[in-house]
Amino acid sequence: MTLETHPDRGGAGTPLLQAKTLTKHFPLGGGAVVRAVDGVDFAVMKGETLGVVGESGCGKSTTARVVMQLLPQDKGEMLFDGEIVGGQALTLKEYRRQAQMVFQDSYASLNPRLTIEDSIAFGPTVHGVSKAAAILKARDLLQRVGLDPARFAARYPHELSGGQRQRVNIARALALGPRLVILDEAVSALDKSVEAQVLNLLADLREEFGLTYIFISHDLNVVRFISDRVMVMYLGEVVEIGPVEELYGDPRHPYTKALLSAMPSMDPDNRTMEAPLAGDPPNPINPPEGCRFHPRCPHAQTVCAKVKPILATMGDGVRQAACHMQVPGSGHSHAPALEAAA
Amino acid sequence: MSTPQIPTPLVKIENLTVRFRGAQTVHAVNGVSLTLEPGKVLGILGESGSGKSVTLKTLLRLLPESRTDIGGKVSVDGRDVLALNPQDLADYRGAVTSMIFQDPALALDPVYTVGEQIAEAIVRHEKTSMKAAMARALELLELVRIPSPARRLKAYPHEMSGGMRQRAMIALALAARPKLLLADEPTTALDATVQIQILLLLRQLQRDLDMGMLFVTHDIGVAVEVSDRLAVMYAGQIVETGTVRELIRDPQHPYTKGLLAANLHGAKKGERLEAIPGAPPALTEPPDACSFAPRCKFVQDRCRAALPPAVQLGEGRVVRCILAEQALVAAA
Ligand SMILES: Nc1ncnc2c1ncn2[C@@H]1O[C@H](COP(=O)(O)OP(=O)(O)OP(=O)(O)O)[C@@H](O)[C@H]1O
Ligand SMILES: Nc1ncnc2c1ncn2[C@@H]1O[C@H](COP(=O)(O)OP(=O)(O)O)[C@@H](O)[C@H]1O
Ligand code: SF4
Ligand code: SF4
Ligand SMILES: [Mg+2]
Ligand SMILES: [Mg+2]
Repeated sequence: MTLETHPDRGGAGTPLLQAKTLTKHFPLGGGAVVRAVDGVDFAVMKGETLGVVGESGCGKSTTARVVMQLLPQDKGEMLFDGEIVGGQALTLKEYRRQAQMVFQDSYASLNPRLTIEDSIAFGPTVHGVSKAAAILKARDLLQRVGLDPARFAARYPHELSGGQRQRVNIARALALGPRLVILDEAVSALDKSVEAQVLNLLADLREEFGLTYIFISHDLNVVRFISDRVMVMYLGEVVEIGPVEELYGDPRHPYTKALLSAMPSMDPDNRTMEAPLAGDPPNPINPPEGCRFHPRCPHAQTVCAKVKPILATMGDGVRQAACHMQVPGSGHSHAPALEAAA
Repeated sequence: MSTPQIPTPLVKIENLTVRFRGAQTVHAVNGVSLTLEPGKVLGILGESGSGKSVTLKTLLRLLPESRTDIGGKVSVDGRDVLALNPQDLADYRGAVTSMIFQDPALALDPVYTVGEQIAEAIVRHEKTSMKAAMARALELLELVRIPSPARRLKAYPHEMSGGMRQRAMIALALAARPKLLLADEPTTALDATVQIQILLLLRQLQRDLDMGMLFVTHDIGVAVEVSDRLAVMYAGQIVETGTVRELIRDPQHPYTKGLLAANLHGAKKGERLEAIPGAPPALTEPPDACSFAPRCKFVQDRCRAALPPAVQLGEGRVVRCILAEQALVAAA
């Protein structure tokens, strides 16, 4: 038996994944709560790559783990190709075949006592594929991720370089024939020269297998290279989503703007003169009222400390930002006039 | 005083080799030579394992002496660092040369307050009272722009955020007014918006205090923000040096070119990246050929037969590649 491929059910117009008000809080004891993910809404279209950026602790990995259902959400739901994840039409077991994840630490995610072909074959055998067929598939995947099976199939994880191990992790994620692959800092531990190889590989595999990616990274250059659209998170919330070049070229949320201008300049004649933000990102235990960015925002006004801005859709309908300056009639003096919105 | 003085370099490393003995011998540094003028910043750029940290640690003699073989000459501010006796070494550490790290836990002791640690470092090198040292510790916290410095003086490291701990570590490193600051990836673990704050702070302190700085990083953008000159390391050797402008605008060594292409700065979606194939070599043998040859698309037979020459292209502009030599010969 081999695993059958998954038919497209909803058609091209239905997002592959829709997350609706996903929420995940971690109680710390003593009444304190880490609001790691706090009402996050987004969609990933079929065949696209959604980049996710934001500073440490803003909830990127927690979002990924909830999307993978490695953690149950406290609130909210997900639709996968139009079906409720964990519902009648799409059981969790079935969903887990279609969504796979690759982590940053290439070493920790592989069983040190299994050869790499056995590691890759493991998932399919659990899903009922015969061992012989799973091994054949594993060798084929090794070939496709650029590792000659004759040389590598029988090796153990410690006999590989970091870049090679990450290729194995990618092969393993593909073994079940997923439609969605979540890459959480999947190239971050690699050296620059090796990172470029793996990014090229990811782009090739996306074409070849018709994959959809959620690509989480703190490296804004890498995200720009790989993504179609980008989602920016701050303190457990989405602050901006948009097509990659529009968002990088004309960020609408002040936090996105600050994050982008914190990138080192690469131009010796034009070095950065001023840091866009002071202080460290706050932690999500007691997030500020109203707009969570208001204590650090250069444009904050009275309304910002009181009212939480909605993730408003702007002009052309493809961009969203959660800032009172983008919402007509919000009470912020830079907001567009009400008539203009009509 | 009519003849212009050639400034004596603050740091002069000549043909440094570092080898670790053990079950598997590691040839971590294989003939590094570099100089740093007083008050200047040299960025050392390289991938993990290329020998950056080992080079810095040699400058403070922090390597385990019993199983490390060090060759070559290292002089800092006129001192022969490899020959310092224990007392001179203790005086040298902190007061001439001090170091900051990626992980502040390597420098800050969790059981003492930040103020105690800085004051203690001052008293160790200067004959001064603990009270006067505390007053200077407060000045140092102000210098590194820690908010509410008087309160932070009494804080323990774990009570501070990541960016603040990094600032406290910098204050500690500056306690005994060093002439040379060694920075080993001090911003690598920080968030983007905090990283740029720390880079700008280091740039300003280095200028205001007229310190020399060796700044190690694997991130080209970070190196460009802080450095006057750059040295690119590969497999324990410096393969190219020059001013930041020269290296960024006109890289000569195939590895430097590859690194710049792989940095992805401004790379747009859909473009194919020009990746360097393969991976850096294991350092189990000393190099007897170009270490980059297995990955180099310009490789020739000669590259595998002997170490490539260090070709001098101009004042302080050196490229270790036969292509540079051939270009020079062709131009002559
Ligand atoms: N199991 C847990 N228990 C308590 N708090 C948690 C747990 N997992 C995550 N958190 C907290 O939730 C917040 C979001 O964490 P998350 O790992 O999602 O951040 P991230 O955006 O992935 O950060 P990074 O860039 O550092 O990977 C953080 O404050 C984190 O400390
Ligand atoms: N104390 C040590 N004992 C043995 N090997 C070491 C030691 N320190 C570093 N090495 C090895 O030396 C090489 C260079 O290391 P390092 O200078 O730390 O690299 P980087 O350029 O990443 O800072 C690596 O192969 C490393 O594993
Ligand atoms: S809502 Fe107000 S505080 Fe928040 S980002 Fe917009 S202007 Fe700044
Ligand atoms: S010496 Fe030869 S192998 Fe080495 S970098 Fe130059 S051309 Fe490439
Ligand atoms: Mg994470
Ligand atoms: Mg290092």
